[in-house]
Amino acid sequence: MQTHAAKRVEIILEAVMERRLTQILTAAGVTGFTVLPVMGGSGRSGQWSREGQVTRAGGMVAVVCLIAPERLDHLMEAVFPLLDAHIGVVSIQDTRILRAERF
Amino acid sequence: MGGILDLAAQNLISPIILCFALGLGAALLRSDLAFPEAVAKGMSLYLLFAIGFKGGVGVAAHGADLRLGAAILAGVILSFVLPFLAFGLLRLMSPSVSVLDAAAVAGHYGSISIVTFVAGTSLLEAGGVVVEGYMVAVAAAMEAPAILSALWLAVRFGGPSKAMEDDGLWREILLNGSIVLLLGAFAIGWITGPDGMREIAPFIEAPFKGVLCLFLLDMGLVAGRGLLGARGVITPGVVAFGVTMPLVGASAGLAAGLLLGLSVGGVAILMTLSASASYIAVPAAMRVALPRANPALYLTLALGITFPFNLTLGIPLYAAIAAYLGG
Repeated sequence: MQTHAAKRVEIILEAVMERRLTQILTAAGVTGFTVLPVMGGSGRSGQWSREGQVTRAGGMVAVVCLIAPERLDHLMEAVFPLLDAHIGVVSIQDTRILRAERF
Repeated sequence: MGGILDLAAQNLISPIILCFALGLGAALLRSDLAFPEAVAKGMSLYLLFAIGFKGGVGVAAHGADLRLGAAILAGVILSFVLPFLAFGLLRLMSPSVSVLDAAAVAGHYGSISIVTFVAGTSLLEAGGVVVEGYMVAVAAAMEAPAILSALWLAVRFGGPSKAMEDDGLWREILLNGSIVLLLGAFAIGWITGPDGMREIAPFIEAPFKGVLCLFLLDMGLVAGRGLLGARGVITPGVVAFGVTMPLVGASAGLAAGLLLGLSVGGVAILMTLSASASYIAVPAAMRVALPRANPALYLTLALGITFPFNLTLGIPLYAAIAAYLGG
């Protein structure tokens, strides 16, 4: 079966910024994304955990999307202003997809 | 003096305070005791609904008067003004705290802690002191104005910010789930009145204190873990602010309550609201609007220092002062 090159972008960021990020992704032409809960972790800003929290202020979410390689730079330019000041991490992986016309 | 000490002692051995102490101790001893996020949110939703509903029923049963509007207005003014006092006091007591951090902290101290409100109401009710039902609406009205004051302070003393241009931020603050549920339940309680209460009383009344105990156990865990993670951020000056600012806020609440002619319970609750610091609505708003402010500082101050202070010593003190001056 034929597969196509794509980029898998994973953005882990503060839960309070989720809606703003997904709006930017949509505006940047990303056709689909998945929001995943994350349990906890640690980074430059200290440790955090979902446990016991009643506010979204201390929580994080993971937003994953697949895009065509040629659209990566445009996407990064669109999301960078949002991510610049906030706690989070962005990673990009090479991946393969089946239906390239969808991304 | 003896009365205050008796009330404080009685408060300290109440189940809700002991549950908070258990959670705090477990966290500080690094126990793995934890509440899943969904359970904590479920308890929070239950408590907000119950508090709002009971407040609405109280207004329906005893009627609303001009004081309701005046008390809400006073709450809004207090919420606007208290951040300025908090900002000045924190910069005075801990000059090393940055302007941005001080503005973010100030926003928390102008807003309110709904669990502190519930704990205060429970303590007063246990002592047979009646609180005006509409104080729930006052609590809801005090949530948001402080955020505006905090952002103004951040822009005025810390330089330009894009926070004011974020249209979504104000929608999120004003339609924050806690406020919507609290006011919605208040309206339902007001509309349905005592008849409505009779229908759902077994759900609203009997489990309330038990759920509150578990919720405070969880709050103790979160506070304890926050304290463990914030070593280095919390200096003696910051701790001093965390116990002084509630007294300043309570004094402002006392003056407002006496001017309004509220009952002893109403004055005590307005003092408690003014003394408390938000840890639900404002932290989320600050993460969006002032992302470079240090969350470890404002969350630990609100939840790790001021909340336990109010819960253990503050509320009995405010109740005693209100009884002395208003009774």
